[in-house]
Formats: sequence, C-alpha cells, structure tokens
Amino acid sequence: MVRLRQDPMPLMLALLLATAGASLVIGKVWLPPVMLFDGLAAPKPNLAWVIVTELRIPRTVLALMVGATLGLGGAVLQGLLRNPLAEPGLLGVSGGAALGAVIAIYFGLAARFALATPLLGIAGALVAGALTFLFGRSGTLTLILAGSAVSGLAAAGLALALNFAPSPYAAYEITTWLLGSVAEKEWRQIALCTPFVLAGWLCLAATPHGLDALTLGEAQAESLGVNLNRLRVLALAGVAFSVGAATAMAGAIGFVGLVAPHLVRPFVGYRPSRILLPSAVFGALLLLVTDIAIRVIPTSTELKLGVLTSLIGTPFFFWLVLRLRRMSP
Amino acid sequence: MTILHAENVSFDIAGRSLVSNIDLACESGQFVALLGANGAGKSTLIRMLSGLERPSRGQVRLDARPIRAIDRRVLARRRAYIPQNARVEWPVAVERLVALGLMPQLPVFGDLDRAAWRKVEAALALCDLSHKTGQPATTLSGGELARAMLARALVGEPEIVVADEPLSGLDPRHAMDGVVRLAALARDGRLVIASIHDLTLAARYATHVAIMRGGRLLAYGPTASTLTSSRISAAFDVDACVQGTGAQAIVDFIARPDQPALHPFPGLVPA
Repeated sequence: MVRLRQDPMPLMLALLLATAGASLVIGKVWLPPVMLFDGLAAPKPNLAWVIVTELRIPRTVLALMVGATLGLGGAVLQGLLRNPLAEPGLLGVSGGAALGAVIAIYFGLAARFALATPLLGIAGALVAGALTFLFGRSGTLTLILAGSAVSGLAAAGLALALNFAPSPYAAYEITTWLLGSVAEKEWRQIALCTPFVLAGWLCLAATPHGLDALTLGEAQAESLGVNLNRLRVLALAGVAFSVGAATAMAGAIGFVGLVAPHLVRPFVGYRPSRILLPSAVFGALLLLVTDIAIRVIPTSTELKLGVLTSLIGTPFFFWLVLRLRRMSP
Repeated sequence: MTILHAENVSFDIAGRSLVSNIDLACESGQFVALLGANGAGKSTLIRMLSGLERPSRGQVRLDARPIRAIDRRVLARRRAYIPQNARVEWPVAVERLVALGLMPQLPVFGDLDRAAWRKVEAALALCDLSHKTGQPATTLSGGELARAMLARALVGEPEIVVADEPLSGLDPRHAMDGVVRLAALARDGRLVIASIHDLTLAARYATHVAIMRGGRLLAYGPTASTLTSSRISAAFDVDACVQGTGAQAIVDFIARPDQPALHPFPGLVPA
C-alpha cells in the first residue's frame, strides 16, 4: 500500500513557526531580532517589550487561533456535507456572531465595556447555531437550507442595524468591524473567547471517524455503526462554539475555511479524517501570512484582513469552477 | 447459526403503507433473492432487515434479540449492508475504500495494523481488485465499483450480507460474476439477502426467493418450488415461463395477448 504523496505536516509546521517569528518583528515599527532580545533582557517596561507583548503577540495568537478554527471548521463541514462549497459560514454561525457583535456596537455597549462585542458575538453564534440545529437536524440538505435561512436572517439584521445606525460614525464602525481584523485586540478579549474556541475544537475532534465513513454515503456510514445525528450535533456545536467565538473576536473573515481543506486534501489521499489537522495548520498559516502582508503593503488607510482574504480567495473560486468543469464530462 | 426474523413488520410513511405485515425468517447458508416490481417495498424491507429503519409495527429479530436493541457497532460487525447505487464521495484509494469496512472492528483512534491490511488485501483478491490498488475509487467503472463495495462489505467477515440491487447497471458478465460471488458467500455459511431484478440469475443461484407485491409478501420458500410462472405473473403483471431448474433455469417474459397495445402518446391515437 503506497502513500500517494509526502506528508505535508512537517513542512507546514516549520513554515508556521517561521511565520510566527516573522510576525513578531514585522509591523509599523520594524523590530530586528537583536532589538527584540535586548528588549526582553532590558528592565521592563520598555518600548520593544510593550510592542511585542501588547500588540504583536496578541495579534499573532489571534491570527493563528482564528485561522486554525476556520481551517478546521471548513474541513469538518466539507466532510460532513460532502459539498465542495461548504465552509464555516454556511451554518449561519458567522452571521449570528457578526449580528451579535454589531448589536454591541450599535447600542454603544462596546464603547463602554470592551468585552461586550465578543460576549454578544458568542451569544449570537450560539443562538444562530441552535436555530440551524432546530430546523435542520434531520438531514444534510435540511441542515444546509436551515443554515442559509439563518444566514439570511442575520444578514437582514445587519442591514437593519446599518439602516438605523444612530450616527454616521456608528455605521462606519460597524462596517469596518465587519471587514474583519485581528489587530488591536486586548488580551482579556482573547482570554474570554479562548475557552469557547477550545470547546469547539474538542467537539470537532470527535468527528473524524464518522467523516471517514461518510466517504461511502449516509446509508453505508449508518450501517457501519456511525450515529449520524450525533455526528451532525458534534459538527454543528463545534462550529458554533469555535467559529462563533473566532468571528466574535475578529469579524467575518471569508474564504480561509473554504480554501484550506481543498488545498491540503490531495496531500493526504483525500481521506476526510486526515485533512482536519493539516487544514487547521494551513488555515492558521494562511491567515497569519495574510495578516503580515497587510502590515507590509503600504496603504494610506489600513487594509483589513477580511478584505485581503476575500481578494485572494475569489480567484481560488474560479480555479475550483475550472477544475470541476474539467472533471465532469 | 444465525437467524434473521422479520416478525409481521409494516412500514408507513406520510400516510402511505410501503410494507405491510411481512413475516420472513432467514438463516445462515441461505441466499435469499428478494423479487418484486419497482415500488413493491423491497428497499424498505431491506433497510428494516438491516436494522437501519425501525418498522412502524412489528420488529426484526437477530437471533431472537430485537435488532434495534443491538449496539450499532456490534451490529455493524455482524451485518454488512450495500445500498442501491452505492457511490464514493471522495477520490480515496481503492484499498482505503475497502478498509472502511473494518471500521466497526477498529478502535475510534488509530490506523489499521498489519493484520487489518492483510484482511483488506484478501478482500481485494476475493473480488478480483488486487490490480486496482492505489487507484482513486472515483475512477472505477460501474462493475469495478460494485465489486469494491462488495469487498468493503466482506472485509469485516460479516455473518449477514444485505444488498439492495447489487446487480443493477452491470453488464451480463459482471452481473453473473456478482451473483456467483453472492451464492459462494451463502455456501460459505453466511446469510445473503439481495433484491434482484434478473429473474434468471435469481432462479439459477438463489437458494430461496421472497416475492413481493404492493408491500406484501406473495410467496417465500426454496427457489425451485417457489419461483413459478403463475407467481411471477402475479408479481410483475407479465406472463412468464420458467424452464428448467438450478444452473440451467431460464425465466422469460411473454406479452399478454389481452394486453392493449401501448402507444407512446395515447391521446393522439386516431379513434
């Protein structure tokens, strides 16, 4: 039994480490490694120390966590739904999180209480996930339809919030938040969301066995002893917790969850269980590289992370179309 | 000895009755061909016999235990099920596809060990697929895919193999090949239940036939005494003649003299 290709994990992990290192030195202020180490050794607080611990490390940690969550969520959903277009936003969870966070901004809660945005974001994600589950638990197609309905509801709510924004400034703040960013987040915001992200990862980590069986379709997976309802609940809860919390922190960041599983799949022999970890690592790598690119690309107004991922992601969509066209007669 | 017994099972959905009051007991060593027109309820009965569908009334027992009460992984080790037109969703290698059949035997985490791979290789060899090792399963032809699904079902050495139209879409040689494999499994002491539309193949290779019509069981028993032309007429609404028994049996259909000539556009026939 031959392995089709080389295991991509060691290379990706090495790249991830290197990128994380680069993420600490690259930014508005260039911090060469020497200065970084000097700062660590010098009496604290000093400028280099503050920049690294209050700006660069939170930003890097957040990019890694959000990217991994999107990559993992996309891989699980593509395996569960066996649909190449499945991505974490499909179940309405991202929409719900965005709506919750926007409500916090709309009513000015975010200005008074910094944790209001992530808290309401997580609440929105959980409500959206529960709604999707309530309506769509009976099957794959109903799950996709229920997710679309909940996404539509959240989008309507967002539009409503923009329509009735109390001031142009609030509307601007809502729009920029929706564009997605991992910059300038506080440690306590990250600390608030991390347990939810980890709980989601735990749920998703229980799915690979069932996802492999789904290679044979639902009837055969069931006959092999897989409890499909339990599998759907695990995937939905995992995505609601992890992607919901990630969106609550970083805003809507598209395409990472769609692209990452597709790109790693050929390297692991297309086995649904085997793409979860590489997809998470690749998602983290992709988002971190994009975030570094944002810092390097000279623009007068700050380029937002979600904007760049969409710009990079769209050509990928065309590539997917071309590939599917080639494969089908 | 394994006994699978459907006790007066019925299945209703949305007010329609798909299967009504079927009582059917099969045991190891039998190759039961399930016969009947489209919509006769064969697939529903097969899903209930596999323990995948709960009957609306009655129940299926496996060795006297209600099949729905058996742990799903334990049941998966004892019974293999192949649905109609089984497809592969990802281009996994053929041996990986077959290895999925070992899933109920394996711990939740961890990959296949050497003994497991030997079983996979044996199942591939049994289904004449050894030369397809490493090939993506999505590139197999219809006959090869059907054999791969059979290998997937057999790799876990189940006592019971239930297949829903395993011969559909196969050319004569591959259909013959498939039915011979199923018959060999029954001779090995397994219980094989398969819905089959090719009555000649059923007459030649099945030890027993169960004939269904409109959700009811018309007849069930040893092939030679049960598969008669009158029962075929009753089940399929065509006259049939059955010639010979065993390996020489032939079932052929004859248009009924009283049957009105069919016109593709009845409304356009000049009066």
